[in-house]
Amino acid sequence: MGVLEALIVLLLLAAIVWVVGAPLRRGVTAAADDAEQAAREELEAAKEAKYREIRDAELDRGTGKLSDEDWRVVDRQLRAEAMEILRRLDALGAPAAPPPGPGD
Amino acid sequence: MATLGRACLILSLLVAAYGLAAGIAAWRLKRRDLAESARRAVYALAALLTIAMAIVEVAFIRNDFSFVVVASHSSRTTPEQFKLAAMWSSQEGSLLLWAWLLSLWSSLVLFLTRKRMRDVAPVATAVLSGFATFFVALLVFAASPFQTVAVAPEDGTGLNPLLRHAAMLIHPPMLYSGYTLFAIPFAFAVGALAVRRIDADWITATRRFALAAWLFLGIGIVLGARWSYAELGWGGYWAWDPVENASLLPWLTGTAFLHSVMIQEKRGMLKVWNVSLVLATGILAILGTFLVRSGVLDSIHAFGASTLGGPFVALIVALIVLSIWLVASRAAMLRSEHRLDSLVSREAIFLFNNLVFVGLAFVVFFGTFFPLITEALGNKRALGPPWFDRITTPLALVLVALAGIAPLIAWRRATVANLRRNFAVPVGVGVAVAVALIAAGGVAQKPFSLTMFALAAFVVAGVAQEAWRGTRARRAMSGEAPPLALVSLVRRNRRRYGGYVVHLGIALLFCGVAASSAFQHERDVRLRPGQSAHVGHYDVTYLAPIGRVARKDGRIERIMLGARLAVGTHGAKDRHVIEPTRSYYPQDAPFAPVSAMFDGETETQVQLESGLRRDFWVAVEPDVPTLLLPRARYFDRQLVKAISDGRLKSADEQVLAFNQLLQRLVDEYVAERPAAPFRVIDSPMVTWIWLGGLVVFLGGLISLWPGADAARRRVTAGYAARVARELGRA
Repeated sequence: MGVLEALIVLLLLAAIVWVVGAPLRRGVTAAADDAEQAAREELEAAKEAKYREIRDAELDRGTGKLSDEDWRVVDRQLRAEAMEILRRLDALGAPAAPPPGPGD
Repeated sequence: MATLGRACLILSLLVAAYGLAAGIAAWRLKRRDLAESARRAVYALAALLTIAMAIVEVAFIRNDFSFVVVASHSSRTTPEQFKLAAMWSSQEGSLLLWAWLLSLWSSLVLFLTRKRMRDVAPVATAVLSGFATFFVALLVFAASPFQTVAVAPEDGTGLNPLLRHAAMLIHPPMLYSGYTLFAIPFAFAVGALAVRRIDADWITATRRFALAAWLFLGIGIVLGARWSYAELGWGGYWAWDPVENASLLPWLTGTAFLHSVMIQEKRGMLKVWNVSLVLATGILAILGTFLVRSGVLDSIHAFGASTLGGPFVALIVALIVLSIWLVASRAAMLRSEHRLDSLVSREAIFLFNNLVFVGLAFVVFFGTFFPLITEALGNKRALGPPWFDRITTPLALVLVALAGIAPLIAWRRATVANLRRNFAVPVGVGVAVAVALIAAGGVAQKPFSLTMFALAAFVVAGVAQEAWRGTRARRAMSGEAPPLALVSLVRRNRRRYGGYVVHLGIALLFCGVAASSAFQHERDVRLRPGQSAHVGHYDVTYLAPIGRVARKDGRIERIMLGARLAVGTHGAKDRHVIEPTRSYYPQDAPFAPVSAMFDGETETQVQLESGLRRDFWVAVEPDVPTLLLPRARYFDRQLVKAISDGRLKSADEQVLAFNQLLQRLVDEYVAERPAAPFRVIDSPMVTWIWLGGLVVFLGGLISLWPGADAARRRVTAGYAARVARELGRA
């Protein structure tokens, strides 16, 4: 290995240690609120899916796949489910600010 | 530079192993700093492998034959654009490409999810790093692209001529992108199961990656088929070859996943099915990579027998055991939240389509591994294309029918009145096309093709009706002009209408397959100059043999032998001239330099005239064994004797004599005007396959386009306000 190549490898190694080790140098961070965040993300995903379902039902009605009568039944049910999700989201309270971190 | 490359690989291995360990530790100890560090290790891995890739590519471009991989897969006469692609024609280069793409996609998904899924991400990071550790370990210990020799040869052996095709520039990167992207939903599914978080969030986070994997793999498969058709000289685009099948397997299960995942997102159903599908797809992607390398199944595409089979088998077994254990141990949590409301609903159609896709995957898997199964039982046998065609054709018909039905049925439940209203026109169009084709004649004897054409018409009519009604509904809401309303409709519902466009492309593609399979005219004829043959709609006359010696930088690059043919529509006077040829490439063979031209690599230059209605395809295979080899061996003896007698002392003299003998061989072939065997094919609608592939690609892009998020958020915000108002009133 030539001197230049050795130097480049050393520089690469130093850069990797610096970048990869940076979070560890800031000290141990316990993921205490991960469970709450997971619950929130789960509900957010469910909410998005429910809204998509409501929109799909509207489009199905617009394209004639659902009659007005059928759509009203489906839409009412979907909105009730969406409201339930919102209630559960509200019950979780405001989301905690994400912890700062390089790369974030 | 090779030393730097080796160092990059060793550092990559250390970094990947660290990512694996830190990811697991972050999960077990619930340490966010470790998770963050593991994620950064994946970024570092991508940077290191990018440097390694760059070093190998620069070696190829600079003709640095001290690199073994360059000397054995490139040469000074290899065209520049193919030097870039030559890397992945090698075992070690393709492994490096795999690891590099994996590191890039892994970095992207971990970056995009850096603020989400904090419980799942460490496990996913560990899984992705685990894959990277495996592939980089192969590169370090078994197949290094940085292996060098002390004395570099003057020239390399060159790129396999069959790979000198435009499709080969992007076919492997597309396939590998597909394979590596499927590792991402796999990793997040493992993460979700590991932390017992079985909601749809991991699906939402990785759905685009699954879609991109499906899209890239599909493009790779179509490009491979195009390459086979235009380059391999047998006239077909799909041979049910093990390596082709290996790429099809994850694509089939991935397609099933992309459909069934919508049911989980909407209804909380099919959780076991979805995680099983995504785990199976990830494993099948590794199996595909393994099949190309192991040499366990005979294939025209494989790298041949290698020593990498053992590690791959170990990895696949480990992944299967892990997957089964995870699904079995979380079975209680994976219960569906709802049941099917009706068997006449889009959910039910998706479920049925999943069963067909998985059935198809099982058939392809069984047929592919049948030689291994029968070998284990003591009587090795293989199942050929007729077996695959017989089983898969009815399944393909069912799939195209479902592709037409699904867009016309509502979610949850459909009534008889709705069905009548939505199916009347598309079914009418399908029946009308079938009747018209029967009346036109010639199709009724091919019931599968006739059914496929009718079903394709049904799909096209259904999608057109959906677009029309959607546009009308959009216009009623917004008052936009029809074209603008259509664009707005697609923009706001990219996933739905992108999917419909994909269905359209699949219908076109299968029309091409049905027509070209059932109505193809193929003849192997042996003609003397002046003789003619009639094949399908064409007349072909063999005018004269042709021959050329191609040189680059004073060296023989190849010799080309072929024929000048006059071609025209049957009975018509207008003819045009085409020249199919076959190329023969030199090899390093000191005792048989001339005849070695015919023992080494060859390439067929097919003459292909494509049109929307039909393709004319012709290839020639000059009679090497009886006409050329005896004379080439005579020239070998003359040349070797002249060298041993000391008449050709210098290398330049020897090269000149070799070149002259090859020129003489070619001139004598042309002067003799020998008979030549030809394969002539008149194949209808093959172009529809490539057009269908393009339409599928377009549909995939529409579904994948990132702008959809912004549109969704705006619409969602509107709904959120509305639902919130109702919540307030409740």
